[in-house]
Amino acid sequence: MNAENALVPLPVLLPVLAAGVKILIGPRRPLLKRAISVVALAAVLAVAVALLVRADRFGPQAVRLGGWPAPVGITLVADRLSAVMLAVSSAVTLCVLVYAFGQDVAERDRDTPLSVFHPSYLLLTAGVCDAFLAGDLFNMFVGFEMMLMASYVLVTLGGTMARVRAGTTYIIVALLSSMLFLVAIAVLYAAAGTVNMAQLSWRIAELPGPVARIAEVALLAAFAVKAAVFPLSMWLPDSYPSAPTPVTAVFAGLLTKIGVYGVIRAETLLFPGDHLRRLLLVAALLSMLAGVLGAMVQIDVRRLLSFTLVSHIGYMIFGVALGSAAGLAATVFYVLHHITIQTTLFLVAGLIDRRGGATSLARLGGLARTAPLVGALFFVPAMNLGGIPPLSGFLGKLGLLRAGIAQGGALVDVLVAGAVLTSLLTLYSLVKVWNQAFWSAPPDDPPNDPRAGRRDDPRDDRPQGARAVRLPAAMVAGSTALVVLSLAYTAAGGPLYALCERAAAELLTPQTYVRAVFPSGGAT
Amino acid sequence: MGPSLVLAATGGTLVAAGVVLLLERSLSRLVVGVLVLSNGVNLLILTAGGPAGTAPILPSRGGPHRALSDPLPQAMILTAIVISLASAAFVLAIAYRGGRLSGDDDVRDDIEDLRVRRESEDDVGLRAERERRAVADPSELGAREEPDSDFPGGVPRDGRRGNGRRRDGRPRGGGRRDGQ
Repeated sequence: MNAENALVPLPVLLPVLAAGVKILIGPRRPLLKRAISVVALAAVLAVAVALLVRADRFGPQAVRLGGWPAPVGITLVADRLSAVMLAVSSAVTLCVLVYAFGQDVAERDRDTPLSVFHPSYLLLTAGVCDAFLAGDLFNMFVGFEMMLMASYVLVTLGGTMARVRAGTTYIIVALLSSMLFLVAIAVLYAAAGTVNMAQLSWRIAELPGPVARIAEVALLAAFAVKAAVFPLSMWLPDSYPSAPTPVTAVFAGLLTKIGVYGVIRAETLLFPGDHLRRLLLVAALLSMLAGVLGAMVQIDVRRLLSFTLVSHIGYMIFGVALGSAAGLAATVFYVLHHITIQTTLFLVAGLIDRRGGATSLARLGGLARTAPLVGALFFVPAMNLGGIPPLSGFLGKLGLLRAGIAQGGALVDVLVAGAVLTSLLTLYSLVKVWNQAFWSAPPDDPPNDPRAGRRDDPRDDRPQGARAVRLPAAMVAGSTALVVLSLAYTAAGGPLYALCERAAAELLTPQTYVRAVFPSGGAT
Repeated sequence: MGPSLVLAATGGTLVAAGVVLLLERSLSRLVVGVLVLSNGVNLLILTAGGPAGTAPILPSRGGPHRALSDPLPQAMILTAIVISLASAAFVLAIAYRGGRLSGDDDVRDDIEDLRVRRESEDDVGLRAERERRAVADPSELGAREEPDSDFPGGVPRDGRRGNGRRRDGRPRGGGRRDGQ
């Protein structure tokens, strides 16, 4: 382990250390604790960018923890895919953290105890980073569990009835998918005798087909539950909307994408080839259509966004299922775009809630006049998600459609048509939100008092009308930063897409990954 | 020597029992189901390690030479046990909290799902009427399926019923869906 790749474990280490320090500090000194969070996450972002540059220039960065050679020790690997996911996700978590500060200041909300929120949030980040960097399946499982354990706490934060109800579904489904993951690990270990992903990549090739398919189906099912691919997506729209806004936003942006990351890894490194391509294509089509049809009937903004999340996971699975370099490149780009956009939309839904006093479309109206800034912050990512050129959603969808048309075949053609239809229906759902919340006349009894149910809070002595119109600067800043980041994907579209193409090329040649983990090539 | 049949059969039985328990509505049974299921999966991992042998790393003293046990599955099982223990503890805490708030620990249906289902059964005209009424009187939604439940999750944010107090007389803290 030399000085350069000592960077690799830092994205996992820093948030865990910061979380520990914050717990030691205790419930007081909120400013110090915020500073620690920001510094830790900013450092993770810097490390991730450095890793991305190094991985892009010098190939995958592997580090053998404790000096044990692979496959005995635990290996962390940052290739282009890991590094770019790491960079975007740490940028997004940082922005959401800033947003959460704004919410703290304004809320003084006893439903959301902050001494619990911040350490859990940092542990969630550490788990996410660990899942991206893990070089063996079991370490990836541990990363998933770190992240999930923190997410259980976050989704039920405050323990209100709605959150307990939603959290129960979420936790049980997550536990079940963890069991599936363990089953897949056990099957692979029994058959191939290792959990190191690089070693698995050539040992699985030697396995008899049916054995490898059992392991592949179990692994894909575990990832598909996390990614919310259609038949396994029913838990998501039920459990996400009731959590606090920053939590929902970061879950929607990141947690599902870790499932997608797992699917990409499994289909390129572990099980290359097109054994289950047909199954994945059908699942992708069903996710797109089922998700967007669900979104069309929703009248609550957050639930509507949760359903569009499911439908857009379908796009990413579509690109993976194509298996071509063009399809994978478009998928990687789409994942990056979608992490940012989906998080932004959920954050803006929080702003709408605060400004308009509700998230149900039946009770919103006239926000374009009363809150033009929120309108702009909603409009740009909404159009981006709907795929309006020249925004990044359009670039990603264009890449996917071109990859699909280049591939050809009856099923792929159906998917291309389905993707276009989904894009239109997404636009329809978001325009419905726009028309109802921003352009329509205000409702008859304007819900100008979002705290109507909160008068029993003895600490609250301010007049109610004054609070309904104030948007904390940090909340706006966090959302704005994410909108700017998503616009940067368009501005830097060329280089970014080229990077995604290089990442896809690297994914399609697993030998590079294997050589980074086993530099001597002495693999048995 | 292949893997032990007894271990495999026990693991299969545990997984089957766990799946049956997971289909229940009561959260405490779900916890037991998760625990049983995870133990079944742990046995599967143990079976994956091959036949049992002497303790790993330590050289065998005297006696006939036997192969070492594979230490990796045991390390993985230890990790998995710790994780499922923590998860089960958390779910139990949630079950307790849910029991305090609602009087039982059943997992409830999603309110919005009920709304969409009801709408799909209606005509378009009836649906608009219902929405209009629901906005005016939020207890229209959710109240029909659970007429006597004190379940604030189903009530839109301004829809405090009664005096805003729970059955135990404390102020209602859980009525809002988003906690902002």
